[in-house]
Amino acid sequence: MSSYERKTTCAYCGVGCGIKAVVSHTDIPSRNEDSTPSFQITVSGDEDHPANYGRLCGKGSALAETAIPEGRLLQPRVNGQVTDWNTAIGTVVERFKAIKDEHGPEAIAFYLSGQLLTEDYYVANKLMKGFIGSSNVDTNSRLCMSSAVSAHKRAFGEDVVPGCYDDLEQADLLILTGSNTAWCHPVLFQRIRAAKASRPELKIVVIDPRRTATCDIADLHLALAPGTDSFLFNGLLSYLHTQGKINQDFLSATEGFDAALASARQSAPDIRQTALACDVDEQLVKQFFDWFADTDKTVTAFSQGINQSSRGSDKGNSIINCHLATGRIGKPGATPFSLTGQPNAMGGREVGGLANQLAAHMDFTPEDIDRVSRFWATDTLATAPGLKAVDLFRAVREKKIKAIWIMATNPVVSLPDANQIKAALSDCDFVVVSDCIAETDTTAFADVLLPSEGWSEKDGTVTNSERRISRQRRLVDSIGKAKPDWWIITQVARGLGFGDAFDYGSARDIFVEHARLSGFENNVQHHRRAFDISLYDALSESEYDDLAPFQWPAPRNNAVNKPETTSDRLFGDQFFYTTSGKAQFVPVLSEGPHNSLNSEYPLALNTGRIRDQWHTMTRTSLARRLNEHKPEPFVEIHPDDAVKYGLEPGSLATVTSAFGSMIARVEVTDTTRQGSLFVPMHWTEQMSSAGRVGALVNPVVDPVSGQPESKFTPARIQPYRATWHGFVLSHKPLTFPGVEYVVKVPGTAFFRYELAGASPIAEWNTVTKRWLEPAATTDTHWLDFEDTQAHRYRAAVVTSEGLQCCVFLSAKIDLPERSWLAGLFTKETLSDEDRRSILAGRPPSGTQTAGRTICSCFGVGENTLKDTIREKGLSSVEQIGDCLKAGTNCGSCVPELRTILNNVSKTG
Amino acid sequence: MKQKLVVIGNGMAGMRTIEELLKVAPEQYDITVFGAEPYGNYNRIMLSPVLSGEMKFDEIITHDLNWYKEHHIQLLAGQDKKVVAVDRGSQQVIAQDGTRVPYDRLLIATGSNPNRLPIPGNTLKGVLAFRDINDVEQMLQAARTRKHAVVIGGGLLGLEAANGLVKQGMNVTVIHHAQRLLNRQLDAPASTLLQQALEARGIRFKMMTQTASLEGDQQDQVQKVHCADGSCLDADLVVMATGVRPNIELARAIGLHCERGIIVSDTMQSFDPKIYAVGECVQHRGEVFGLVAPLWDQAKVCANHLAGMGDLTYRSIVVATKLKVTGINLYSAGIFRTAEHCETVVYQDSAAGIYKKIVIRNQRIVGIVLYGDTDDGNWYFKMMQEAVDITPLQEALIFGPAYLPDTISDSQLEPSAPANYGGPGSAHSSTPKEDAHFTL
Repeated sequence: MSSYERKTTCAYCGVGCGIKAVVSHTDIPSRNEDSTPSFQITVSGDEDHPANYGRLCGKGSALAETAIPEGRLLQPRVNGQVTDWNTAIGTVVERFKAIKDEHGPEAIAFYLSGQLLTEDYYVANKLMKGFIGSSNVDTNSRLCMSSAVSAHKRAFGEDVVPGCYDDLEQADLLILTGSNTAWCHPVLFQRIRAAKASRPELKIVVIDPRRTATCDIADLHLALAPGTDSFLFNGLLSYLHTQGKINQDFLSATEGFDAALASARQSAPDIRQTALACDVDEQLVKQFFDWFADTDKTVTAFSQGINQSSRGSDKGNSIINCHLATGRIGKPGATPFSLTGQPNAMGGREVGGLANQLAAHMDFTPEDIDRVSRFWATDTLATAPGLKAVDLFRAVREKKIKAIWIMATNPVVSLPDANQIKAALSDCDFVVVSDCIAETDTTAFADVLLPSEGWSEKDGTVTNSERRISRQRRLVDSIGKAKPDWWIITQVARGLGFGDAFDYGSARDIFVEHARLSGFENNVQHHRRAFDISLYDALSESEYDDLAPFQWPAPRNNAVNKPETTSDRLFGDQFFYTTSGKAQFVPVLSEGPHNSLNSEYPLALNTGRIRDQWHTMTRTSLARRLNEHKPEPFVEIHPDDAVKYGLEPGSLATVTSAFGSMIARVEVTDTTRQGSLFVPMHWTEQMSSAGRVGALVNPVVDPVSGQPESKFTPARIQPYRATWHGFVLSHKPLTFPGVEYVVKVPGTAFFRYELAGASPIAEWNTVTKRWLEPAATTDTHWLDFEDTQAHRYRAAVVTSEGLQCCVFLSAKIDLPERSWLAGLFTKETLSDEDRRSILAGRPPSGTQTAGRTICSCFGVGENTLKDTIREKGLSSVEQIGDCLKAGTNCGSCVPELRTILNNVSKTG
Repeated sequence: MKQKLVVIGNGMAGMRTIEELLKVAPEQYDITVFGAEPYGNYNRIMLSPVLSGEMKFDEIITHDLNWYKEHHIQLLAGQDKKVVAVDRGSQQVIAQDGTRVPYDRLLIATGSNPNRLPIPGNTLKGVLAFRDINDVEQMLQAARTRKHAVVIGGGLLGLEAANGLVKQGMNVTVIHHAQRLLNRQLDAPASTLLQQALEARGIRFKMMTQTASLEGDQQDQVQKVHCADGSCLDADLVVMATGVRPNIELARAIGLHCERGIIVSDTMQSFDPKIYAVGECVQHRGEVFGLVAPLWDQAKVCANHLAGMGDLTYRSIVVATKLKVTGINLYSAGIFRTAEHCETVVYQDSAAGIYKKIVIRNQRIVGIVLYGDTDDGNWYFKMMQEAVDITPLQEALIFGPAYLPDTISDSQLEPSAPANYGGPGSAHSSTPKEDAHFTL
């Protein structure tokens, strides 16, 4: 056994945490590609990384559990047949050539991902824009960040996030708007929580239609009506002006204040009008405005709640306007701050991964086109912006695009009106998908499937939300025939005849070229760009390997662009990257969502992330413990609406929009506003038969950024009239043909399936035996239970190797808890008592079950928490941590711990 | 001057009545008991363990001759003391040897007689019932010297006999007319499990088979059993366990109103108010009896009236069946077949030999069949008797009291109607008795 430690970065959100990975190798090499790897990875937070200083969230802590062969795409496939790389690349090259020759470069598109490393992104963008000659390359960052990009570009002349994480801690007023930081950026939330604990005078305002877990640390929560954010910030600008709080000195570094103020006053002239438009109590609005007016060190952090809107760019600018008007930018503890969703969304933007950027923060201006053409030595550079994600897939649907290459993302799940994406891909002439996972909703449509490296195998760089570039390092050899994405793209580029421009031997080769381009003619004489990392444009392989995290700008020539320190912020010199060098106010006329509610679709459907899953769950679901917190797609609804629409807590509901429908578990909660619904974005067809919310989301986009309005779709809800409910736990994966509601929840040594159907099952035992048959072996023992009065049926298959599977069905939603049964799958032998208890679903009374998992890190269940709180008389989250460790690792369950603590003390 | 009480029948029901009477009115009667068997009283239901060798006869004697002496009871036992007549006019009992005993009150407890199939050869040597200690002794004798036994009848007695004989080393085949064993106590899955368990012990079965005739050798010793399907079995011993019928020969002869049994009122009185009857010979509200539990209740009620207290009445109760075969646990009570307006809760773990079924009507337990795991039989039985509304515990019901959620308190399991369970004689159930279980 040998082991080594490597520092790398987390694969999930935009916080970009540093990770210390220890890889232990057994000395026996694995004999074939499919066998269990001969190494073990353990991860912990990197104390030296400035993003997290050693902290990790639940998802990050579980990363090692996802570095497993299960589900991986191991070989290239063409038309479903396994093949070698030469054949696969050859097929791609040949089809691309043919389509380009016949229909022109615009008939080919790339759809990329914030999951790609900067180097992958760079070569993909270079190939498409520089050599194929089309700008039809866009990325899933369009779905999360592009409105912030537009807002930045309009205000600052460049896509620049001015703040850094230290600002969150140094602020005296922190506004979190459209951001469930607690669940979506858990480590930042931990840093904020710690700052608040040490400086209770730090005021925190959460602006969100939902009372999310983030409100746990809020001094003030404005539960504004969905989509009304720009009224609030326009109202704030008006108020700042009437209160005489405008920083007149700073205005000299800006342009357009008067027009912006005029628009703001037109939209929201005073507190009363603002409160009315946002449907928030006037006193609360005044409180917020006064705090903002009186606090110099203010940070406004915003995320998808602002961006995913048909007015997302304007909303971003309405926030930035307030910061410009008060001069709260470029100073420690004072900045607008876009929190990025993906680990490398910013890296993708840096290389030009979006259709409306060229490269290295250059645009489609004649000068930039000329500059990049010379740098890349190409005469076929695309000269105009290409199609943005939603339009790009519409063009596929309309057959204007004939070939598409999708890398590291799952648009069939994540794009709005997702059923149309399915239709588009199934009709598309040629679909290439590169992914590390074999079976996703998107790989199902691939003509050519290319195996990419996974997180533990990849090598390159990523940029986090605070412009910090960190190395993601290869920990282990790639599995099967998987290759780096940059390698795959390079091979295709060479096949297409662009070998000279794609002569890369390593990720470092690409990085230094990217760094050179960032500094290329980046000066006062040409076009000065903030994005400059030319300091690193000559790294050797070993220097690249050892590269420590750094923030851009990092120019070679310090006189042009100064590197930033925590005390010396970007824009601290009041220079902006606009033509005039001044920051621009953007007049924002407040408008609500594009599609308004109506009698047919009276509810506002909101979408978002949950605590323990990432994107479309292809990786997080491999870490079994992450599936326990929220095992099923659910819809949150206010108690009054639940009554109005006849929905019982825990029942199933059909949610329908003009575009599609889904079935979800009803969670009745007053944390959601009346008239609103919230559904998580993660569930795919691989994991659920009817849980894809993307199918419902309206394909409405921001006119500037092209970002879809994923936070607001008019919808309706009605009870799903299930005649039966059930679940199956099985050691082997099973299928349930014809069952309308199926959700797959991978667990430790078993798969859990939640089931329901609207059509009655005549013969329970016949149907279930058919389902469970694959789990049976020769020495199978069947156990069964039927209650004809209560319409309950249960069965189990037991062999000499223990419990193989069990099924629980009932006419009502009165099924037993799954946690105790789940534990049986890891037992080597079943005791007689275990066996007798299987179909009871629980051990004899007196032996307590743990209950629904609350703390994923330590696997602490709700019942355990409640009992311990009662027995030991615990009164604080800290005491719970001392007793059970719950909440002491990533801390993201702390808000829930507090809720449980309160409930127990209420009920005694 | 004490009143005179005469008891005809020295069996379990009669003697239990005397015991109850002595408890409440020890000095009221001079008591005379007529018995056909020349013993004191023994526990007939323990004959099975005696046959299987698990108990000795001494161990099942409940009242030895001393007991009668101590209680000043005159016991007139033996064939010559068989009662042949009762002169109801002069209130005298007349025995075969001419003995006459006058009575003020007469208690008839003549029990039941085994059915003997009306087939050729049914009186051959080696053809027995399984009724008394004499039968058991003959079986044990046969087991020592002979090889093949055939038991006719797959009811409780037949199976207990077959099990005993196998244990005594005989080759045993059970011929049963129905499709299932214990078809009056068990449903199909339970009887299948039972049959498998008994087969594993070496008992063979011929199901759905009628016995046509018995064939003997020159010494009239039974030799073969011929079945209606034409097959033939070697048989050195044939045990007929084909049910019993109330022994009402005498009662009928003396003019008491009888149907299947001696008709008795709720106070256990026959149509002649001076004559009481208890046990398997009686018919109460249309029902005759084969299990021991109702007999105890009848005894108590009867004693209460003989003592002149007159405050108890007998109500039929549901009774539970158990098979007295060591290692085989089964428990049956109430309606065990799925009937109209009934719902069932069934649990099966066939490989572990466990089958449980609870039959429910109007959210009350009306039937119980347990096989393999009978630990909770009495728990169910009590709820059935008390007509407990099982709604709050329905989910855990089949798994037993150990699985009740903590949230269910005892108060929720109170009987739904006042059950006046103070004395067994007045116990009643809302469940009509639809299946009488006969044994012994």
